[in-house]
Amino acid sequence: MVIKELKNFTRKFWSGLFKKRGQVKLGFYGPPNAGKTSLANKICQDWVGEDLGTVSKIPHETRNVQFKEKVEIEKNGKKLEFKLIDTPGIATKIDYEEFIEFGMNKKNSQIRAKEATQGIIESIKWLDDMDAVVIVLDSSENPYSQVNITIIGNLAARKIPVLIVANKIDLKKSDIKKVESAFPEYKVVGISVKDGDGIDNFYDEMFKLVKKVK
Amino acid sequence: MVKKIEKQNSKDLTIHFMPYSEIAKEDSLNRIKKIVGLVLENRIIILQGRLTPEEETKLIETTMTLIGNIKGFQGVEISTLSGESDRGLFDRVRHNIARILVGEQDAITLIGPASFVKEIKKDPKKIELMLKRK
Repeated sequence: MVIKELKNFTRKFWSGLFKKRGQVKLGFYGPPNAGKTSLANKICQDWVGEDLGTVSKIPHETRNVQFKEKVEIEKNGKKLEFKLIDTPGIATKIDYEEFIEFGMNKKNSQIRAKEATQGIIESIKWLDDMDAVVIVLDSSENPYSQVNITIIGNLAARKIPVLIVANKIDLKKSDIKKVESAFPEYKVVGISVKDGDGIDNFYDEMFKLVKKVK
Repeated sequence: MVKKIEKQNSKDLTIHFMPYSEIAKEDSLNRIKKIVGLVLENRIIILQGRLTPEEETKLIETTMTLIGNIKGFQGVEISTLSGESDRGLFDRVRHNIARILVGEQDAITLIGPASFVKEIKKDPKKIELMLKRK
């Protein structure tokens, strides 16, 4: 027990020492189908000129952690460089039959379900390595889901700066106020990746988020 | 014949009230083990108190490794109800002192097998448990 604690302390000490000198690791977390990869793609298209990953209406399209090294954003004469890390959506349950409803056959649905469970485990393991996190939520869904609370609770316990993005503000059911009242301690930015609304404001908030790391 | 009846009973859903004292002295690993064990017996747990965020992620990780390895297991539904957001500064300080002394008892957590529990809706001062029709 004491040895384990010592090992943890040593690991945290060294990673803390070198973290600030290297590239900021910016993670994109959230429940499935909130638009994490769509937003990551938008950033990569705007500043790198290429997509990061594929998107789909079928949940758990992203089943592996995906990276884009050295993304550089330039705004109002300021530069922001970071490593973008897009993670699979975190859920507490996976039912392969859900994928069948989207037209997939049973075998492929079962494979997708298995990969999705592994993706969730991978996402959780990566929490420790993030310098700052953008939580992407679907603003038309109930924000009080335990997955959101668990992710944000874990980041708060690790003292990792968080920015909450309320995506899909183009939808009729979208309710940013509800997201804000669910997480009053955090900055919430409303965007629509689909229409591009709020993206400029989001980039401004990213500068503020990364500033909290340094 | 007896075996057949027992098997049928094992598929029934049971509600299990877990007082905080039942997990208070357990470490995180044993808390998760106890909860997962009960969920696999198709029990909906009403836990007095709450798990820490780290325990919640450990619970998710553990259940994810079981999906596909245990027939019919689809994970868990979980939701915690606490009055934390309504507290003023003085109440929060008082609550933190109480938490250090007697543990996190000022909350209720519902945990159930996703194969039975369709959804736990939280909004944010009430919890609704929606069961699947079999």
